[in-house]
Amino acid sequence: MSYQVNGHTIEHDEEGYITTLSDWSKELADEIAKTENIDMTDEHWEVVNFLREYYDEYQIAPAVRVLIKAIKKSMGPDKGNNKYMYELFPYGPAKQACKIAGLPKPTGCV
Amino acid sequence: MSDIKKFLYVNRKPPYGTIYALESLEVVLIGAAFEQDVSLAFLDDGVFQLTRGQNTDAIGVKNFSPTFRALGDYEVTKLYVERESLDERGLTEGDLQEITYEDEDDDWEEKPSIRVVSRAEMAEIMADQDVVLSF
Amino acid sequence: MSTLHTVNKSPFGNATLSSCLGHCLPGDAVLLIEDAVYGALDGSAMADQVKSRMGEVALYVLDGDLKARGIDAGKLVSGAKCVGYDGFVDLVTEHDRTQSWL
Repeated sequence: MSYQVNGHTIEHDEEGYITTLSDWSKELADEIAKTENIDMTDEHWEVVNFLREYYDEYQIAPAVRVLIKAIKKSMGPDKGNNKYMYELFPYGPAKQACKIAGLPKPTGCV
Repeated sequence: MSDIKKFLYVNRKPPYGTIYALESLEVVLIGAAFEQDVSLAFLDDGVFQLTRGQNTDAIGVKNFSPTFRALGDYEVTKLYVERESLDERGLTEGDLQEITYEDEDDDWEEKPSIRVVSRAEMAEIMADQDVVLSF
Repeated sequence: MSTLHTVNKSPFGNATLSSCLGHCLPGDAVLLIEDAVYGALDGSAMADQVKSRMGEVALYVLDGDLKARGIDAGKLVSGAKCVGYDGFVDLVTEHDRTQSWL
């Protein structure tokens, strides 16, 4: 199973998470977002970039409530809340946003 | 809120020789969703899990030591480290990475999560728990 | 309030039993299972440390693991009590918590 980006083949698991973290690119993110029926806006990118920075610092994809709390602290309560995040990523901000960000599935996410 | 139990995760193994340390950390992160009163204990070789400057590039396994610094976000804010275990291994608290949390009840002030305790204090901490999980 | 501590490694290969004994409180019980049953042998390098805690900490050894290793109960430090799996269960219920030393 794989995504196709600019002639490159990028492997993913049965749920669509890429298997090699360093394969990620912005183009790939757009490709993954398409399969999730998400049109990437600046607001989506803000969350995806936040997740990538979080992973870079702590080596984990945060659980949803942790992500929302961290976004609230960093971007304020208008964005750091369930409603905003689920409007951007209807099937779960941790799951969908992590997938698009090229991170592993959040620990404890089933 | 009377059904909140005290959980202690006891870590006695070094980080990379076996899977125990990583498994423990993953269980802590998953278990944090249950909003219990969670503490972590590091004694014997477990204190090696918290040393600063770990770099696993050459051994091909993930360096999970940065993840300890995310525990505060998961409201896990008590990491007890046994002083005798440090001493026996020639380590001091300065050899451990800094791990902090923001105290919600104190205007989000940043406070240290690591608390170095004596062996006798560690024994009392263990005896004060509802559930002890060993790794 | 008391704790049942279980240990399953030989004390001659690592320091787990020693660490356990160092963290027991008076009124606790230590149950030696699997390779840890060797830790109850009298006259061993471990015996003095085990005996030094036995006034305040009860020592149990799992009978089946002892027999499997061909150790006669008469070889154990005095005061060590042999229990079967039913006794193991009783010990778990008699204490407030169980702590496994791996």
